[in-house]
Amino acid sequence: MTNETTAYEKPLPRPEDPDLTAPFWEATKRHELVIPHCAYCDRFFWYPREACPRCLQPGWSWTPVSGRARLHTYTVVMQPAHPAFAEDVPYAFAMIQLHEGVRMMSNIVECDIPDGLEVNMPLEVVFDDVDHEWTLVKFKPA
Amino acid sequence: MSIRGKTAIVGFYETPTRREFPDRSTFGLLAEVARGAIRDAGLRKQDIDGLITPDTINSLTIAEALGMQPRYTASMTTHGASGATSIATAAQAITAGVVDYVMCIFGESRPRSSSRMNSLAEASGALPPRNRASEWEAPYGPVIAMNGWYGLMKQRHMFEYGTTQEQFAKLVVDQRFNASKNINAVWYDQPVTIDDVLNSRFTNEPMHLLESVMPCSGAHAVIVTSAERARAMPNPPVYILGTGGPATRHDIIWTDDNITTTPVVDSAPTAFQMAQVNPGDIQFAQFYDCYTVLAMACLEDAGIVPKGDIGPFYQDTDTTFAGEFPINTDGGQIGAGQSGGLGGGFRHVVEATRQIMRRGEDRQVEEVDLCLVNG
Repeated sequence: MTNETTAYEKPLPRPEDPDLTAPFWEATKRHELVIPHCAYCDRFFWYPREACPRCLQPGWSWTPVSGRARLHTYTVVMQPAHPAFAEDVPYAFAMIQLHEGVRMMSNIVECDIPDGLEVNMPLEVVFDDVDHEWTLVKFKPA
Repeated sequence: MSIRGKTAIVGFYETPTRREFPDRSTFGLLAEVARGAIRDAGLRKQDIDGLITPDTINSLTIAEALGMQPRYTASMTTHGASGATSIATAAQAITAGVVDYVMCIFGESRPRSSSRMNSLAEASGALPPRNRASEWEAPYGPVIAMNGWYGLMKQRHMFEYGTTQEQFAKLVVDQRFNASKNINAVWYDQPVTIDDVLNSRFTNEPMHLLESVMPCSGAHAVIVTSAERARAMPNPPVYILGTGGPATRHDIIWTDDNITTTPVVDSAPTAFQMAQVNPGDIQFAQFYDCYTVLAMACLEDAGIVPKGDIGPFYQDTDTTFAGEFPINTDGGQIGAGQSGGLGGGFRHVVEATRQIMRRGEDRQVEEVDLCLVNG
């Protein structure tokens, strides 16, 4: 999925706390999905933050997950906030429910938009190497 | 100590809500409604010793611009709920004996949304701030404004409860009818049909353009005081019987356990308990309506209808000012426009006040003893 011929003009991830989330982005470059898991609560959480949002304790760990997911809900974008997405219209801006319970925002790829989309459809993770530095986590129909 | 019935709204004023007021400043609009509300309450400016404002401008800055020296000020930080929250805050301060007469004031004169978008685009040479959104949302192409988030919520509501596009459109039709009778509304005299809504373009499927608010300019103010003082004042007192928070979960809806359920499931029971009334006692409602789906989900969560039944409710119920259960009788934000400076969420307070004082003119609701307002 890498596009080597033209520069990637869409927004790349800009972390507020790069040190905190570096392990996530290093994992995606290896095409692995890791999610914060709190041992005290025995629960995953998302988004990453210094303390577990349930028990407020630090010391959670990046834990590999299955990459299996469901489409919790989605909206088909006709009017993107950023002009670089205009070439993709219509595309799915989607809320993903990972098998492990957490939800994250992403896109649905390798899918007929909008007719192939259905709330609750099973998905699996794909890794989109958008440039040499960044690999985005996306999802396709399973 | 409960605040039940201890305070009342005793005066109000608002400007028309318009796309723009090219020759007016924000402070000019705020001065107009401050003067109007104080006069409506039969007071003088020096009587006002409390000032509650949006957080878009510091409350002390507004006090200074209006030439006021209040001994109590607060800036509301609860986004769209700030207008309703200001009334609860005023009631608490008055009941605690901190202050006698509070003015709650919201509004803004802002450029048309199209030119604002252009200036945002021009400013986009500078990258937006680094935050959760810049890392976890922006790479996936969010929709312009808040349309995307409410599109996600609407899609899920349709999936979970079978709510139809026609049922969402009915809210717009009823509110645009109300707005058509409100000379201050941006959509005055411009009612729409279900087909008009369904034929309006998707900003993002399943969200139609006509289901979302028009960003506008305008200002609104009310005066709140103790029930005791209110009884000696010119207007019929509009008593505050109960209030409830919280205002939570704003920035990133994807962390919610259930995106079709709103914080109103917590705030409404608190307000009902304080007021000692039940949802079934409510005669009419003014509900924050940036998008159809939000007002509808909040009405469910307040217990006006069981969860999931809001679609059939709208389909079968005339919610215009003349109907069985009037909702957003000035047109709401969808019909009357969303004033800046958090004024959009304050219009619901002002309209409830107007109706209860029986000053609704062409759109007066018949039974106005008990109104539920949601921010």
